[in-house]
Amino acid sequence: MKNQVGIGMSEADLLLAEARRGNRRSLAKLLTYLEEGGASPLDNNTGKSLGITGPPGVGKSSLIGKLIDEWISRGESVAVLAVDPSSPLSGGALLGDRMRMVNADSSELVFVRSLATRNHPGGLMNCLTPMIDVLSECGWDNIVIETVGAGQSEIRVVAFADVIILVDGPDRGDIIQAEKSGIIEMADLIVINKSDLKNSQNAADSIRSALSLNNEHPNVLLASAHKGDGISEIIDELDLLKSSPNRNRMRIRERLISAWDSVLLSSNSLEEVISDIEVGKISLSQAVEMIRKS
Amino acid sequence: MRIVVAKPGLDGHDRGAKVIARALRDGGNEVIYTGLRRTPEEIVRIVNDEDADALGLSTLSGAHDVLIPRVSAILRQEGLNHVVVFAGGIIPPDDREALYDEGIRAIFGPGSTTIEILNFLEVVGDRKKENKPVGIGEKSGWYWNE
Repeated sequence: MKNQVGIGMSEADLLLAEARRGNRRSLAKLLTYLEEGGASPLDNNTGKSLGITGPPGVGKSSLIGKLIDEWISRGESVAVLAVDPSSPLSGGALLGDRMRMVNADSSELVFVRSLATRNHPGGLMNCLTPMIDVLSECGWDNIVIETVGAGQSEIRVVAFADVIILVDGPDRGDIIQAEKSGIIEMADLIVINKSDLKNSQNAADSIRSALSLNNEHPNVLLASAHKGDGISEIIDELDLLKSSPNRNRMRIRERLISAWDSVLLSSNSLEEVISDIEVGKISLSQAVEMIRKS
Repeated sequence: MRIVVAKPGLDGHDRGAKVIARALRDGGNEVIYTGLRRTPEEIVRIVNDEDADALGLSTLSGAHDVLIPRVSAILRQEGLNHVVVFAGGIIPPDDREALYDEGIRAIFGPGSTTIEILNFLEVVGDRKKENKPVGIGEKSGWYWNE
């Protein structure tokens, strides 16, 4: 936990001032500071972000790589926070998203940071909002959060984004998993990647028909990160997207649950309560009462 | 530790780098893998943006005596003096001294075990705590030799 003690509010302010002037080193250090639980130098919560999620292997990182190229060609800058899970056993993480974003490391208009979920309570959730604020304050036009949509914690991560794209591939049926997990209800746009492969049209049609039961449903677009097809259409669509109040409510709900979880997991009496339940001293509902009061 | 594992130059194979990345992860580190064919400039950019503590460079092509000093020079130029740089792949014994002089802290060739690499990082951690030089811009002289 380097910097935790030595760096005060003023130093975070200093880093922010430097980062605002375009110093990437200061920006990188400030993000580390926030990741390690440092207090945000900003308190505005005004940063807007785009969440991109979907099952493993559908080409999220490759698609983001292409979106980056398109944004750059339109003269817009992009910052990406690529989130990958930490191993529950070793606490380590393998962060390989940026190997698919090949052009990301040669333009001044791109900043990519890999983040491990780490296993401390609410960790990433608590630092994502300030990170997005800082990136926005430093003038990054587009801020993207990438995460695998495979578990509850990843859904919580993506729930922090203001607009959510759900990515799927042809021939996978994983979208059904996404539906189970509730993430499909939060999506503002669904992209079927790998449109160069057969069955992608079928996949898009079947998702459209599944969604048509709802009154209000996200658009389904086809794209190919491999060929570069459909990329500018995605960005045009993003510019038009207005989050529906319905989904906004759902997102606020997820954020609230995540904040609640984090309070629960960092509660001082948590270990004690668990032991008490273990030996049969108190019931679950009594435990809930105890934690709420503490 | 946050560690970038990078493949500079034109190698076509990265099985070794991937095995190392995996082993470092299992050792409890956050490992950022860059993928193949990165330029020295790109690698330094990644180390900076990821705010990494260490950089592992894997080369098989024989260009190590150009690429590794180039990466080291740009790291220093960008003020990333604290970054611990180690190398692996095919680096003949005769070429190693020059790289150690450059500030490379370990070279792992064929036959090295993943445990050895983790041991090296542990020693690096200890030296950091004692404020002994380990970074690419810090005094050269010490390197892993066990």
